[in-house]
Amino acid sequence: MLLIPCPYCGERAESEFSYGGEAHIARPADPEKTSDADWADYLYTRTNTKGVYFERWMHAHGCRRWFNIARHTVSYDILAVYETGAPPPKFDTKSEV
Amino acid sequence: MSARYSIFSLIRNALAYHEDWPAAWRSPEPKPAYDVVIVGGGGHGLATAYYLAKELGVRNVALIERGWLGGGNTGRNTTIVRSNYLWDESAALYEHSMKLWEGLSQDLNYNVMFSQRGVLSLAHNQHDLRAQSRQSNANRLGGIDSELLTPAQIKAFVPIMDLRAGGRYPVLGGALQRRGGTARHDAVAWGYARAADALGVDIIQESPVTGFRIDNGRVQGVETAKGFIQADKVGIVVAGHSGVMADLAGFRLPVTSQPLQALVSEPIKPVLDTVIMSGAVHAYISQSDKGELVIGAGADRYVGYGQRGSMQVSEDTLGAICELFPSFRRLRMMRQWGGIVDICPDASPIIGKTPVEGMFINCGWGTGGFKATPGSGWVFAQTIAHDRPHDLNAAFSLDRFRTGYIIDEHGAAGVAH
Amino acid sequence: MSQRYRLPDGGRIDRTAPLNFRFNGTALRGYVGDTLASALLSNGIHLVGRSFKYHRPRGIFSAGAEEPNALVQLGTGARSDPNMHATQVELIEGLKARSQNCWPSVDFDISAINDRLSRFMPSGFYYKTFMWPAAFWMRYEYIIRHAAGLGTAPTGRDPDYNDKTFAHCDVLVVGAGPAGLAAALSAARTGARVILVEQDAEVGGALLGLAGEKIGGKPALDWVAAARAELVESADVRILTRTTAYGYFDHNFVGLLERLTDHIVDPPAHLPRHRLWKVRAKQVVLATGAIERPLVFRDNDRPGIMLAGACQTYLNRYAVKAGQKAVLFANNDGAYATANDLAAAGVKIAAIVDTRPNPEGPHSERAESAGLPVLAGHAIVGTTGDKRVRQVRIARLNDDGSAITGEAQEVDCDLLAVSGGWNPAVHLLSQARGKIRFDEERGTFVPMQTEQATHVAGACNGSFGLASCLTEGFATGETAAKAAGLSSKSRRKKTPAASNETFLPARWTWLVPSETPLGRGGKHFVDLQSDVTAADLKLAIREGYRSIEHVKRYTTTGMGTDQGKTGNVNAIGIIADTLDRPIAEVGVTTFRPPYTPVTFGAFAGRDVDDLLDPIRKTPMHGWHERAGALFEDVGQWRRPWYYPRAGEDLHKAVAREVAAVRTSLGVVDASTLGKIDIRGKDAATFLNRIYTNAWSKLEIGKCRYGLMLGENGMVMDDGVTARLGEYQFLMTTTTGNAAAVLQHMEEFLQTEWTDLDVQLTSVTEQFATISLAGPNARRLLSEMTHDIELSPNALPHMAFTEGTVASVPARVFRISFTGEMSYEINVPASYGMAVWQAVLTAGERYDITPYGTEAMHVLRAEKGYIIVGQETDGSVTPVDLGMDWVVSKKKDFVGRRSLARPDMLKPDRKQLVGLLTDDPQVVLPEGAQLVERALPNPPMPMIGYVTSSYGSPNLGRSIALALVKGGLARKGETIFAPLADGRVVPCTMTDPVFLDPEGERLRG
Repeated sequence: MLLIPCPYCGERAESEFSYGGEAHIARPADPEKTSDADWADYLYTRTNTKGVYFERWMHAHGCRRWFNIARHTVSYDILAVYETGAPPPKFDTKSEV
Repeated sequence: MSARYSIFSLIRNALAYHEDWPAAWRSPEPKPAYDVVIVGGGGHGLATAYYLAKELGVRNVALIERGWLGGGNTGRNTTIVRSNYLWDESAALYEHSMKLWEGLSQDLNYNVMFSQRGVLSLAHNQHDLRAQSRQSNANRLGGIDSELLTPAQIKAFVPIMDLRAGGRYPVLGGALQRRGGTARHDAVAWGYARAADALGVDIIQESPVTGFRIDNGRVQGVETAKGFIQADKVGIVVAGHSGVMADLAGFRLPVTSQPLQALVSEPIKPVLDTVIMSGAVHAYISQSDKGELVIGAGADRYVGYGQRGSMQVSEDTLGAICELFPSFRRLRMMRQWGGIVDICPDASPIIGKTPVEGMFINCGWGTGGFKATPGSGWVFAQTIAHDRPHDLNAAFSLDRFRTGYIIDEHGAAGVAH
Repeated sequence: MSQRYRLPDGGRIDRTAPLNFRFNGTALRGYVGDTLASALLSNGIHLVGRSFKYHRPRGIFSAGAEEPNALVQLGTGARSDPNMHATQVELIEGLKARSQNCWPSVDFDISAINDRLSRFMPSGFYYKTFMWPAAFWMRYEYIIRHAAGLGTAPTGRDPDYNDKTFAHCDVLVVGAGPAGLAAALSAARTGARVILVEQDAEVGGALLGLAGEKIGGKPALDWVAAARAELVESADVRILTRTTAYGYFDHNFVGLLERLTDHIVDPPAHLPRHRLWKVRAKQVVLATGAIERPLVFRDNDRPGIMLAGACQTYLNRYAVKAGQKAVLFANNDGAYATANDLAAAGVKIAAIVDTRPNPEGPHSERAESAGLPVLAGHAIVGTTGDKRVRQVRIARLNDDGSAITGEAQEVDCDLLAVSGGWNPAVHLLSQARGKIRFDEERGTFVPMQTEQATHVAGACNGSFGLASCLTEGFATGETAAKAAGLSSKSRRKKTPAASNETFLPARWTWLVPSETPLGRGGKHFVDLQSDVTAADLKLAIREGYRSIEHVKRYTTTGMGTDQGKTGNVNAIGIIADTLDRPIAEVGVTTFRPPYTPVTFGAFAGRDVDDLLDPIRKTPMHGWHERAGALFEDVGQWRRPWYYPRAGEDLHKAVAREVAAVRTSLGVVDASTLGKIDIRGKDAATFLNRIYTNAWSKLEIGKCRYGLMLGENGMVMDDGVTARLGEYQFLMTTTTGNAAAVLQHMEEFLQTEWTDLDVQLTSVTEQFATISLAGPNARRLLSEMTHDIELSPNALPHMAFTEGTVASVPARVFRISFTGEMSYEINVPASYGMAVWQAVLTAGERYDITPYGTEAMHVLRAEKGYIIVGQETDGSVTPVDLGMDWVVSKKKDFVGRRSLARPDMLKPDRKQLVGLLTDDPQVVLPEGAQLVERALPNPPMPMIGYVTSSYGSPNLGRSIALALVKGGLARKGETIFAPLADGRVVPCTMTDPVFLDPEGERLRG
């Protein structure tokens, strides 16, 4: 059970949160002008990094705010927490294969 | 060349104190070039190599494994085999696999202990009953065995189950596939490896792939810890690391890699003679030949390559098991572990071409890939050999996410498996 | 006869408190303070079980959690526990234990024939046989299954209950031996919140089994008692004994299993049996000690062969002599302490067999000066004795220890103590992703690196001397507290003095040679529980299973209930020697939780039966129960399904309820529908984006049906939304989707459309919803309100108003899910029951009929209204449903772009149609598949399936809804439903609206 630092409430157990998948996938500004391939990318393609991953969580059983974290997907260490809309912090994102 | 396995060879070797058994497979150094390089020495990859050699005569094949054969999900799953999937495309693929399972021990001359003791999915509400009826009818008309059971029939089939399930989610019915069951997971990897090796496939373990050489959009070969290996075609079958390999090859996938955990009890004398799955309470359970209750659940929600699961998943799963089998509450968990499953948005696999010419991918089996091992290898071998998908996997293209032809098996795979 | 192996004094048992117990039916006695194992040994019983595969007689091998052999079944019936370690079971009055995996008895076990046939059953033999004839596998397997397994499952519902709890602390110390106690003391002295966990019944660890150890010049156990007393007095320290830290998970989350009542004869009812602790520790100190490992030699598994440290523990802690005439077989100095202690207690030491050519070290010297017979540079090359070791064969080793030289000699004994060194218990460290390395000097794996907030102290850290344990313990406890943020104002005390003897020096031997080649005589067991021998390991390697994981899986070494605690390092050593690779390269298999087995029931805790999952009930639930409703589960909600009267089944009751709605008046509890309050300046804009249709022009006081898609274009939810004000809407969602819809909308608001001024509030639980439907709905409602104008002009279909109903403030929506004139009355939840009862009472004159979900489904199907989740399954678009009318062409909305993908536009997608069976009396089963043409045998291509199907009393015939390929363009055509019972039902595709297509009843 991960310990997730909600930026608004503090550290809470993972069971209080829902997972929102990869962060920084913006909805295309004009869907009508987006190609099928690009739309599929938006809908389905995920970086799925083995290493530092930028992802969204929502404090479902708490403040119900969405936020982003940078988490290492092998160690599960949480390296940064930041608000929705803020740019991702810089990391060397890839782990060894 | 491996000696043939039989009761006679066992006796003969016993008289020689078992000192003369040959190695089940060679451990060759890689040649400079192959017709086909398969990346990934799990069940699916080994089966692909075997069927390439056996069915399609493609024998100049290398299989590259970063660790040890069957060390990924092949050796970490709960070994359930069934083919009663919801959508016609899935059902056909899994049924093809089932038919291969039914002769696999003899085909490989390696006892994979495929045990058709039945797989029973439980319905706990009206919605489950409707879904089971739809699926069962589809399976029946598709030529796949399926029976809907009443609670009384379930009680007769599994007497130790509490149909009240503690009272919260009583069992209202079930769908039984009698041809379903379990197999010995390690034996599947080893059996395919031995049989593929006997047909000339070079199996190269402990050799991580570090990159792909791609020229003008066409794959030239594979960079490995043991050097560059030239290949006309490359098949990637690396559940848990599909995204990592795709990244090395310069494309991306609609796949997320998530932890999936399983656990076993201490061994006990036979008490459960079939496989039970329950979607509403999120659990599945069977008893291994060794006597352990083998229990699994859904995947953790987040991306994770850690091969370990969260504690709350075991709490939920065991809570559900204790409802269905109140007499199991005093039994004890002996071991738990995790695997990494590659999950597609529609809970169906991707088997086919990639944006790189000559490179093929087989991934996204989610929580239920073990049962597909023979069929997956078979269609992937066909796809690689013929440069186009077989009819059985045509629908499972990467392109379906662009066109919208999704094969949404969440209903059937919702509980994982 | 009774307890003739018990010493007259000493030990930590209470001789004033004798206990009676039974083993395999025999009445025996022991004392309070005994384990089952020590009590059996005091009665001279070594043989307790049979091995897994060969059914060889096996005895008590250890004195703790590492026990591979002495697994017993406790109790009977529903309160029965298989595979319990006799070495950990505390003796209680009346305890009943029996041997496992033997028939008819542990003394005479039929299956012992397996041992004779063992030559034909090497590792992996089953992979090579049982393949012909193919159809026979299930028969072979039946026999294999029944030969396998250990104990038996209980036969009924567990009468006990378990509990779970959370805890947080600054420092969690695992293990209360000298290092753990010291760590807990120094952490506690900083004021840290400390939890100290000990799997044993009392603290002290290895010290409990040693004699003559001194700390600070006094008996070591005096120091233990003082340490415990100080910890008990400390305000923020919790000591949990009989508690095992079984798993170390991510982010310093540790699972503990506390056993509260297993040692109590008649436990008080308020105590749970086991408690699962979920501890989030800022810092963890692992002081888990070390586990002795045996030596691998020929026939090393007989009862009476025991770890040296265990002999010592039985002697010193339990005052039990494990034999009268002992041989010690060791490769290290520390093991001599056992011989010294046994000799001092009057046990004859027949021989000390030491693989070291020149035994040195303090314990060896003491043995030598005591005149004990030492055979240096020798090894045991065989044992005899069927159910108890009787004799050992001893031979001289050559210089490098790889073979024996000269003639073997035989020595009689009834106890063989063995020691091959000590392995730090690094299991938890490894679970926490810590790294270990092989240490050549200590001949074992020791911690190298931690990955979490973990500290290691004492023997677990490879620091085997008592003084080192204390020093390291005190230092680590303080370090951990400091790391947890405590300012280190520890009331520092001087670390008390102690000896620092370890078990070194030693000579590492992984496989003791014997007189015949390996595999050609006798068995050299590596894993006692799984019956894996050194020959098996070598066979696996010969056959190409070279990775440590392959060897493990092929031979099953280390896969028993003990998880190879005693055997694994020897296995790795033998594999390394065979492969001629350094041990460090061979590596270790992964340590997986749990450290020792954990009861399933503890994971469930009290969340069993009705508490498995919360049951959501509406404010009127009690009324439904009293009215005899049967319920169905919809998500967590429990909804009335139908209200049978005497003699009615589902169909009769539903027919009555449905008819009542169409002819007079029905009422349904619709409180479970999700309700979301949407406010803000941009509320209408928001709805435009969330729903497929347009909302800006909806007037205040009006309602509109909305369809919500996922971004993939598939129908996600539907419902009616009312405009309560310029900037306020009330959305209703389906019962099952309320939470998902709220989350979906919040996600877009918080992550995509952060510029919108919209606030969402779930108000599902704030209101009770009473829905009146039927020709008399308006009449009844008008009798219950004085301030709401109900005329069709004032409150037409799809309008909303506020006022009072039954004198209670209410929101009234004129909306319908039945096709009848219908009013949905929302009142504050606390008034729900009162208003419901008022409605029922006032409605008597119209014969008001409460109806359940089943009747509701029939009513809506007559009108062709879809149910999300029944007509849709996540793969259905609005176009597929023929609901283009609710899809705006002018604006973007969530999911719109997906509808334009190539496969969404194909004409042969499955589309919603009505379906009428040619025979009106035939009701199709829901889920029936549809075909163009029924073939005599499967497989046959399917073109769709029935989503909903009912007998409709109002229409006097069956009706169904179905999704059929290209169905929208095929109305009027006949297709077929081949059913499971062999019938093939012809049916005609129609429009899905079967009743009142003009909506006259609705508008009424």
